This record gives sequence, structure tokens and C-alpha cells, in this order.
Amino acid sequence: MSSVRVPGRRRGIRPSRVLIYGLLIAFSIVYLVPVYVLVVGSLKTLREVNTTSIWTLPTGFNLGAWADALQPPLQNSGGIASGLVNSLEMTIPAVVISSVWGSINGYILSKWRFRGSDTLFATLLFGMFIPYQAILIPLVNLLQQLHLYDSLVGLAITHVMYGLPITTLIFRNYYASIPTELVEAAKVDGAGIVAVYRRVILPLSVPGFVVVGIWQFTNIWNEFLFAVTLTSAPSSQPVTVALQNLAGSFAALYNVQMAGALISALPTLVVYILLSRYFIRGLLAGSLKG
Amino acid sequence: MRARSLSVILLLPAIAASLIFVYGFIAWTGFASITGWNQIKPLHNFLPDFPLVGLDNYTSLMSTPRFWTNDVVNNAVFTVCFVTVSLVLGLVLAILLDQHILGESFFRNLFLLPMSLSFVVTGTVWAWIFNPNTGINQLLDPLGLGAIRDGLLGIGFLSPLWSVLDSLHVNILRTGLTADPRASLGAVVVAAVWQMSGFVMAMFLAGLRGIPDDVREAARVDGASELQIYRRILIPLLRPIMISVIVLLGYISLKIFDLVFVMTRGGPGISSDFPSILLFDSAFKGNLWARGAAIAMVMLIVSAILVVPYLRSQLRGERQS
Repeated sequence: MSSVRVPGRRRGIRPSRVLIYGLLIAFSIVYLVPVYVLVVGSLKTLREVNTTSIWTLPTGFNLGAWADALQPPLQNSGGIASGLVNSLEMTIPAVVISSVWGSINGYILSKWRFRGSDTLFATLLFGMFIPYQAILIPLVNLLQQLHLYDSLVGLAITHVMYGLPITTLIFRNYYASIPTELVEAAKVDGAGIVAVYRRVILPLSVPGFVVVGIWQFTNIWNEFLFAVTLTSAPSSQPVTVALQNLAGSFAALYNVQMAGALISALPTLVVYILLSRYFIRGLLAGSLKG
Repeated sequence: MRARSLSVILLLPAIAASLIFVYGFIAWTGFASITGWNQIKPLHNFLPDFPLVGLDNYTSLMSTPRFWTNDVVNNAVFTVCFVTVSLVLGLVLAILLDQHILGESFFRNLFLLPMSLSFVVTGTVWAWIFNPNTGINQLLDPLGLGAIRDGLLGIGFLSPLWSVLDSLHVNILRTGLTADPRASLGAVVVAAVWQMSGFVMAMFLAGLRGIPDDVREAARVDGASELQIYRRILIPLLRPIMISVIVLLGYISLKIFDLVFVMTRGGPGISSDFPSILLFDSAFKGNLWARGAAIAMVMLIVSAILVVPYLRSQLRGERQS
């Protein structure tokens, strides 16, 4: 008889409920272990690093490791401060350009389809599913020939080019949910491709831009393969590479490494915590089923 | 007519970008892989002007033990472990969250949180957790869990299993962890699962929410238990999502680079080495560009075998619906 009740309305505490919450809490604790290690480790002093394991709590709220990770006291020993600035300078234009460009592509591929446009879409989409190693060597060569190797501009261009398939995909699926009647009505009024985009599509695109923007920001900020192969000087290295170098120059000091990791993760973490709903939408859209 | 040509023109930049940066570059890599460009000399043209050597770079790769069989087997073992564990864990989490629980969004966001981090951050943290001198051993041993681990390793009839896991570098019960070739690859698997299982959960949860309530209600009326409903009805309905997840995780694990690079850099020895690390060392550290291109082509072909049929079926299904 309990089998026909709606699950949310059950009364009293049932053993299966206890089990479900118990399991969820246990999984949560395990998933939070690395977060605990990150936060606790970053608050330790040099003395504590030498005398305690990564599991013990720090004796106080000490931000010395944060300062060292950003700008080490020793000259030329790295630090991620410049990497943070580089990442920001490179990521923001790449996100904006790849989003706008993807929006235009997605608009045409969903609202102005022509014979062969689906094939074109598939051709574009394939670029999302290649291992980037397959294009890395000619990319390095081209950027060198254009004197864009080891520059933030070269890196930003790279991220625009290889971000294009996913931004096009998400916008195409997003625009497919906008009723075609709206577009048809504007066409009857004599509006062309550009006018329909400006008057009808763009004003409705804000949620699409939020999803795509968050997705691109997270991906480009976190990217490492392009970052490590297309740059060589610290002055043009993004934060992921700076963090990796920090682990090299502070090999035994987990406090500095954890502080560096935490600082470099803060921008995407903050975006995730504030806008997780849109982040999840982008995540699911990236798997093709918008 | 005018609208059609304008829409083609507006798409042209994207088509050109794709033709150059994706297809052109793949052809370029394929071409470089059959040249003798294995020296420091930089290119002065857009194409490598070196003598053609046929498939020499591929055959020499196949006679390099680090690539064949070590790296290829490592990547296969990693893919199987990573995909299987992520799939099972993601499904369990999705089913738990599907029980109309309090704080559902809190738990969901928590399990997805690692997805917002870079593999470099994940690798940095997990390298310390799996550091034999400071990490997980120091947590488990005082709790008495070290004894359980030692007990498991000491069970006689399990020793064939342990030696198989040892030889595949995934026996994470070994206390040497990232410093032990018997466990190093397993440590990377754990970190990758931590990062990606939330994604699997989100996919399955979205799938479960897409199944109409009457399906469950009908099964309940027929007297099926909750477990039976999942096993017999809901999980089979999730099949298309399961295929998506397998393809996407498989694609990620075939090209994985940053996590391994940061956590173990392929070591100790070459116990957790991957083709992507070998490519990096060959081309970017050793100037063996043609050999690097050959590795890249192998990686591309393997992931195309996985991805292309999937893409075709997805796009065809979309056209039909």
C-alpha cells in the first residue's frame, strides 16, 4: 500500500530515507576532501608545512602563503600574479568574440537554413571532437610565422577558433527554441537577415549569452595544453602554466601550492557558485542534447 | 535568393576558420607525419620542406616500447577505469538525488563543483593527497584503515587480482601511491573521476527528470519495488544518455594531458605515461616534430572512430525528430 504513495509526501522517518541521506552525506564528505586540503593547506605557515601533514588544521588565519604564491619574495622565482593578469587579458576578448560569432552562426543555422546548411553545421561541429594535439604542431608553426607565438593575442585567437563549434552549437539549439513565427512575422514586415537578428533575436539572446559566456570563460581560463605549448615567456603565460611552474619552484611547500591553486581557481569558482544554474545548462548543451 | 546568399556569406568566416584551423591543420599534421622533420631546424615556410619518408615515423613508433605497448595500454586501461567508475558513481549519485530529497540543489552543486576547476588545480591537489609521505596514508593509518588495506593485500586468494592491478599500474592500495609504479595510474584515475563524475550525475539526473512520472506510477501500481523500477525500467530508458556519456568521457580520456602532466608527469618511470605526454616530449622538448605529428594522427584516428559514428547518429536523429 505504501507503493502507491507519492514519494515526497511520506510521513515519519523511514530506514531507506536514513540510508539515502547517509550515503549523500558520506559522498559529500569524500568530494570535499580536496577542497579541505586546498583551503587548509593554503593557510599554513612555512613552519607548519615542515611539521604537520596536509590534514591538520592551521594554527591561525595566515595569508602568508597567498602572498608568496602571488609574488614570491625571491626575484625570478615565479608567482602567479602576472599569470592572473595574462589570463584575464586573454580570456575576456576570446569569450566575447567567440560568443558573438557563435551567436551569428547559430542564428543562421537555425533560422535561415538552406540546402546543405546541416552538412555545414556537422562539418563545423567536428572541430569540437578532435584531440587538439592533432592541430597543435601546424598551429605553433602558423603563429610563429605570423609573429603571434608567445603572445596573448595568438592565444586568444586560438581559443576563439576552437571555441567556435561549441558556441555555435549552443546558440543553434537555443535559437531553435525561439518560435519561428516571431521570425516569420518580422520577415513579413520586410525585415532581412540582419534586421531580424537585431530586432527579434538579439533581445531574446541574453540567457544564451550567459550560458555560452560562462562555458567559454570556464574552459578558456582552465585550459592548459594550448597555454603551455603556445607560450614560453612568463610575460605571456596564462595562470594555469604559472601555477604549474609554481609547483616546480615551491616543490616541497604545499602551502604555497595550495594557495596558488585556490587563487587561480577563484574566478571560475565564484562564477560557478553564483551562476551554477547556467553552468549546468551549458554542460548539458555541450553534450549535443540542448 | 538574396537571403540565401547573405546567409552563406555570414557563415563564410566560420567555414573558412574551420577549413583552415581544423581540416587544413589536420592535413598538415598528416603530411608532417610522413616527412623526416625530426630536427631542431625551424620551418621557414608554411609547410615542412623535408624529404618524404613514408610511414617510417609510424613504424619507428611501433617499435618504441614507451609508445607501444606501454602508452597505448596505459591509455586504454585509464579509459576503461575512468569511464566505468565515473559512469557507476554518476548513476548512483543521480539516483540518490532523484529521491525527492531536501537540499537537492545543494548536493547537486557540490558534486558538480570540481567541474569548474582546471585539471591543473585538480592535479596539484591530488598530487599532494596521493603523496606517500604527506597524503592519504597519514589520514588513513591513524584511523586504523591502513590495517584494513594491509589485510586486503594479504588475502591469499586475491593475490592474482593484486598482481594484475599492479602490472596495470592501478592498484591504489599500494602505499607508495604516485611514487609507486604499481599505483601511479590508479591515482590519476581517482583524480579524473573526482573531477568528471559530477558531469555524469548531471546528465543522468536530467535524463531521469525527462521520464514522465506516469511511467513510475504505472510500475508502482503493478507492485514493482523502487529498486526494480530503476533496474528494469528507468536505467534501460537512460541508454541514449549512457552512450553520450561514454563517448564524451572516452573522448576526454583519449586526449588527456594536463592532469597527468601535473600529477605524475608520466612517472615513476613511464608507469603513468600517455601518448599525449610522449607527443609533448617528442615534439616540444625533443624537436622530433614528425614523430609528434605521427602520434597526433594516431590519437586523432582513435578518437574519430569513437566520435564520428556518434556525431552522425546524433545529427540524423535530430533531423528525424
